[in-house]
Amino acid sequence: MTTLAPAEVPTSNPPAVTPAPGHKRTSIGRVIAWIVMALIMVVTLAPFYWIIRTALSSNSDLLAHPSTPYPVGFSVDSFKRVFGWQTGDAAIAAGGSGQSINFWLYLRNSIVVACLVTAGQLLFSAMAAYAFSRLKWRLRGPVFAIFLAGLMVPAIFTFLPNFVLIKELHLIDTLLGIALPGMLISPFAIFFLRQFFMTISTEVEEAALIDGASKVGIFFRLILPMSVAPLTTLGVLTYITSWNDYFWPLMVSYTDSSRVLTVALAVFKSQTPQTGPDWAGLMAATLVAALPMLVLFLVFARRIVNSIGFSGLK
Amino acid sequence: MASHVVSPAGRPTDTQTRTPSANRRRRDDTRLALIFIAPAAVGFLVFLIWPLIRGIYLSFTSFNLLTPAQFNGLDNYRRMLLDPVFWNALKVTVEYVIINIGVQTIVALVIAVLMQRLTRSMVVRGIILTPYLVSNVVAALVGLWILDTSLGIGNQLLKLIGIGPIGFFSDGPWVIPTIALVNVWRYVGYTSLLIFAGLQTIPGELYEAAKVDGSSEVQMFFRITMPLLRPILALVLIISIIGSFQVFDTVSVTTAGGPVNASRVLQFYIYDMAFGRFQFGYASALAVALLIVLVIVSFIQYRLTRAGQTDLA
Repeated sequence: MTTLAPAEVPTSNPPAVTPAPGHKRTSIGRVIAWIVMALIMVVTLAPFYWIIRTALSSNSDLLAHPSTPYPVGFSVDSFKRVFGWQTGDAAIAAGGSGQSINFWLYLRNSIVVACLVTAGQLLFSAMAAYAFSRLKWRLRGPVFAIFLAGLMVPAIFTFLPNFVLIKELHLIDTLLGIALPGMLISPFAIFFLRQFFMTISTEVEEAALIDGASKVGIFFRLILPMSVAPLTTLGVLTYITSWNDYFWPLMVSYTDSSRVLTVALAVFKSQTPQTGPDWAGLMAATLVAALPMLVLFLVFARRIVNSIGFSGLK
Repeated sequence: MASHVVSPAGRPTDTQTRTPSANRRRRDDTRLALIFIAPAAVGFLVFLIWPLIRGIYLSFTSFNLLTPAQFNGLDNYRRMLLDPVFWNALKVTVEYVIINIGVQTIVALVIAVLMQRLTRSMVVRGIILTPYLVSNVVAALVGLWILDTSLGIGNQLLKLIGIGPIGFFSDGPWVIPTIALVNVWRYVGYTSLLIFAGLQTIPGELYEAAKVDGSSEVQMFFRITMPLLRPILALVLIISIIGSFQVFDTVSVTTAGGPVNASRVLQFYIYDMAFGRFQFGYASALAVALLIVLVIVSFIQYRLTRAGQTDLA
């Protein structure tokens, strides 16, 4: 900790804050603090603006005016290149590589993989969490502890052996092969949902039992509907994580048939045309690939922001 | 993802007053429980435990994916000890982690404290988190464009003040700091929200009392915020350092390990060894080395941070 202590806390609250009678504190310190905060937000968002500005420019004008703060040689050709609405020759003329990009196919692949992973992980983790929180069985504690220990296996270590396994299962270059390892288990999801299930009152459950409901029925008709909120939060986070995944899909997919957007973006980048990178096209592709998650974020912002914390700590 | 600390919660589900019929149902739960955990258990065994065992086994073999793995004892490890590229990769990775985590933690702390003292606005928190929503690949590509040597706006701005151009992604000494900072951009908001959540656990009365006593903001930061935040900060550090050691995406998209080996981080070297040269055995040994590094790092951090736990009763 001592290593961190002398942090350069430019909270920039100079002793100006010394207790003055004017307790409303529109002090200089506060103003400076807001300025720092505003700067941080600008730095955070500026790259997004630059993506849009570049995507709406044409490559030749980008060369001539690299620092103009608005789109130069305004055109939406770059988006046409990304969506494959431009002929190869026209694309090359505009500074593209002229190679075909199956954007819609990659989009579909990304959606399929993210949906498979999210649906699988939610259902199977919820089932396990139910068994670990609401069912009575002998080895519940130890088995749960073992599952939790799975959190400590760094992802990087499972990649290579999992690749070998997926190859043995003949699932290389398939969407299922990409989704499978993440579909069945997430120790974190189990832990997260178990925490929530334990807060649901047992009385409702007892009442349902007396009314003759089965445990399975209770899970599907009582516990799951009561857990819509945490399930949504978890689902959105899982979807985003899966969508943004790069390393694993890169290993497993070889051809367009199973290529997801992140990998396609990297491939697009590596197809640099003779004339230099197709920056306008690349930024258009970047924007289009990131947009679905940004929209999702816009819709679920409050939920996502609030979910970040130490759910299990306090 | 968010952090996980096991709370020994286990609430008492046993209510002594139970009808005999309910009791019978309870006893039946074992079978049902097995069915309910079956998919997760299969996933756990097949995609977590089995690869762990197999990865360690493969590290003692020569394996090119096409013919069966040949056991070759400690050959891979002997080779690793003598492999200058490995040692360089380890050095580069550590350098990356230090820059990445150092800058990220300080900036995140600043953002979190500023937010705590200034605003609880959801919009501000949302903006801060935005980069976290895009993939590493997107972050890498934007970084590549903004910091491009000839056309990037970064170098254009530097030119205005008479510096550069700097080959952020092409000049040896610059690549690792650059990649580290690109990832700081993507993750700092997330980290700051984690710390912010931790700050919420500090009672506001402490600050009010301190203010009455005439403490300045700086004093309050060092006397109240830092000591009480320590356990949470430690947890954030452990999580982010472990993640940081596994850097790959950004390197793969921007420099592919270059120039020469300047940004050949461990994870990229492993990938290259496996999929570029099909030496899965050696790649597995390298992965074991990274695993060991991670275990050591976690252990040290755990010991260091346990020492001064919870000041907040």
